[in-house]
Amino acid sequence: MVERGGLLRLVSFVLVAFLGAALVWGATGLPQRGDPLAPAAVHQSVAVYYIERSYEETRTPNMVTAVLVDYRGFDTFGEALVVVVAALSCLLILPRRQSGLREGRNKEDRPARGAQ
Amino acid sequence: MITDFFLGRYPFLFIALLLVIGVYGMMMKRNFLKKVIGMTIFQTAIYLFFIQGAKKTGASIPVYSVDLGSASDAYMNPLPHVLVLTAIVVGVAITGVAISLLLVIYRRFGTLDEARILEQMRESA
Amino acid sequence: MTSVYDSLFLHTVARAIVPIIQVFAFYIITHGHYSPGGGFQGGVMLAASIILLRISLGEESYGRFPRNAGIVLAGTGALCFAFLGFVPLFLGGSFMDYGLELFWLPSATAHYWGIFLAEVFIGLLVWGSLMAIYDALATGGEE
Repeated sequence: MVERGGLLRLVSFVLVAFLGAALVWGATGLPQRGDPLAPAAVHQSVAVYYIERSYEETRTPNMVTAVLVDYRGFDTFGEALVVVVAALSCLLILPRRQSGLREGRNKEDRPARGAQ
Repeated sequence: MITDFFLGRYPFLFIALLLVIGVYGMMMKRNFLKKVIGMTIFQTAIYLFFIQGAKKTGASIPVYSVDLGSASDAYMNPLPHVLVLTAIVVGVAITGVAISLLLVIYRRFGTLDEARILEQMRESA
Repeated sequence: MTSVYDSLFLHTVARAIVPIIQVFAFYIITHGHYSPGGGFQGGVMLAASIILLRISLGEESYGRFPRNAGIVLAGTGALCFAFLGFVPLFLGGSFMDYGLELFWLPSATAHYWGIFLAEVFIGLLVWGSLMAIYDALATGGEE
């Protein structure tokens, strides 16, 4: 669709370039890299609690693991279920080769490629 | 002013470049596998953006060490790291499902080319 | 799958290096408390070790790690993780609230062991899921 028509390709290229320019313009409003006064670094609300109280409540030095599995364990449970469901859906979509059940299938029974 | 912008915010320029490459791959390539690769590049740019936003100069990684104590300004923010961990794993699962869908499309149509698939769908409709 | 390389060097090195990768993956899972790591990363490394075995050995690796064992591992990991969340519920607390004040166990140690067991089960789960995805992709979609 795209690589055939010249005008459509040009319009798509202009849109992508416009997206790049908009991102660079938006990056001027972000704080500098590693700024200790940035809102993500000043630790408002709940990050203060996690940093200060995680070692004495859970005895795990790694705060990321403590937050991921203990304080936000329910979200991790849901995400692990997402991974299992993705694996299940892969198994259900793809045809499994069942040994011994396909002895009778030969090449004439299957439809030819591309034609319907 | 320009040098100040580039010195302080150069990672965001690289991340914007990766984002644009990903969107270009998703929009302007005809092969479906290349679109999936563009999606993966886009996701990687988002992970890098979150991790860059969590950096703080003069702070250590969010692992408690005895000589830094429990002060909240000696450590980086752990929450974006948690977000990105989750997002990476979900991204792997999404890529697996996308490629298995591509396998089914290849079995059905015999090609992974978008124009030929649209042709075959128009012929059979 | 694809053609198996018939090289003795490759077979020998792959069979020797897969246990080393697995030991390192177990190290990453169990040291998720002390250094960056944890269940997800270790699970992916475990799956990578078995995928290396599949790529280099081909048919022989299906005897060592069965074809349908992936989704069984994933389901077992998910079930164990869910039951681990129910254990505090049966003992008087809330769901996934590992910090119970049992008689001899301080609350912080209960949190510690709860996080450790959760990481191990998440490692099993991710390992099984990625092996299931790989096995489905490798043998599906062909005549």
